[in-house]
Amino acid sequence: MARRYDSKTTIFSPEGRLYQVEYAMEAIGHAGTCLGILAKDGIVLAAEKRNTNKLLDDVFLSDKIYKIDEDMACCVAGITSDANVLTNELRAIAQRHTLQFGEPIPCEQLIMRLCDIKQAYTQTGGKRPFGVSILYMGWDNRHGYQLYQSDPSGNYSGWKATCIGNSSTAAVSILKQEYKVGETDLHEALLLALKVMSKTLDMTKLNAEKLELATLVRKAEHTEIIVKPVEEVKKLIKEHEEREAAAEASKQDKSTPSTSKPKA
Amino acid sequence: MKFNTIFSCRVNVSVVYSPASHREFGHYSPSLSFHLSCTPSRAADMDLQCLIGMKFNDFVLMATDMSQLQRIMVQKSVAGEAGDTTQFAEYIAKNIQLYKMRNGYELSPSAAVHFTRHTLATHLRSREPYTVNLLMGGYDPKTEAAELFYMDFLGASVPVNFYGFGYGGMFTLSITDREYRPDMTEDEAYELMKKCISEVKRRFIVNLPKFRVRLISKDGLKDLPVIVAEGEAA
Repeated sequence: MARRYDSKTTIFSPEGRLYQVEYAMEAIGHAGTCLGILAKDGIVLAAEKRNTNKLLDDVFLSDKIYKIDEDMACCVAGITSDANVLTNELRAIAQRHTLQFGEPIPCEQLIMRLCDIKQAYTQTGGKRPFGVSILYMGWDNRHGYQLYQSDPSGNYSGWKATCIGNSSTAAVSILKQEYKVGETDLHEALLLALKVMSKTLDMTKLNAEKLELATLVRKAEHTEIIVKPVEEVKKLIKEHEEREAAAEASKQDKSTPSTSKPKA
Repeated sequence: MKFNTIFSCRVNVSVVYSPASHREFGHYSPSLSFHLSCTPSRAADMDLQCLIGMKFNDFVLMATDMSQLQRIMVQKSVAGEAGDTTQFAEYIAKNIQLYKMRNGYELSPSAAVHFTRHTLATHLRSREPYTVNLLMGGYDPKTEAAELFYMDFLGASVPVNFYGFGYGGMFTLSITDREYRPDMTEDEAYELMKKCISEVKRRFIVNLPKFRVRLISKDGLKDLPVIVAEGEAA
């Protein structure tokens, strides 16, 4: 019976599973969707906002997207308080590296360090794992634009496009079909993100208030990480809807050819 | 994990001890071409050794005297300092190696220098400060430029075009001030080093006849022929 093996993180089940880690990933599966797309000339992170109460005071522009370093930002899915602890640690790791080496930390090293910390919580101490998956976007002078994902088990991997949170598997399969390696530029990536969001979110129409969009671009030896203001998101949604309408219209045209063809 | 295939070459780290055994040349894997020379910085010893480094557009040239110093036998306490330089040089070298092993690529010269300075500075106000002066030189393949840094036991670090440690070094500074040009070829640089060393022979009261010379460029570390100073002695 699985029950006997889930109470402690530090023990395996007879089938060789770590239940606490799996339950953490389950928790993330109920959290707001985040997706990331690597374009030729930049990276896009899109997130579904869950806390949209009118009474909420908007001190922070974003509650899912965090800037970690001058060249890196991340998007979190899962328990927000756990996410705060991890982003704080990410920022500290980045600055400690700069203190020691005088240069910004390369993206992968930062993620490796955090994942080592996350892994420790699955092996020692009797504490539960962090209930957060994180999508990282960053630039460094070695590998250029990079997109990574890490999960509560402490595993991480590099991606061209991926999704975490609610309906992430559906989103990933759409991305698999739609994402064109080496041909997607930043604007296309933004529209693709909107497309995937609209298909996977539980909403009939995309709402700019419920979405967060952030981009990372390298301009003139300097990295720009911008969380798009609501007005711009509205514009992009409009463009996306126009495209969808045009695609629908052309599909309609194609689906009624036989009546116009002359019979032999 | 993305690996940068350019730097997947074999790892070659060795710390070479000169006969006097309290200053070392350390060298790291060929693609980084890093060279770290230490001198113990207790005033008495520091002044009598000569460590010269010069940076040119594509390479760095370093020389250190090879003479045995009586000091090390007369003052046993010097062994502490001697231990310092070895220990420090090895510590830095191994940490740079570890970085390469962990990440699949090397530290750039400026990052390695920053790390070294940080280590020196952190230990300065501890029970066990390192008393070493260093010249760190290397070729950065990313920026395609040679770099040379002066670092002293108080944790100061400055990029320089050329420098000489010790009394002998003071004599060489005037030669390099006059003759140094950043665009010199390897042969011209070697000649310049010869001039510096003959100046040391001419002016310095301590006899430092032989100098070991090393060149660091994008092709790695190269041992050049030992310079035996010519000309009349002081």
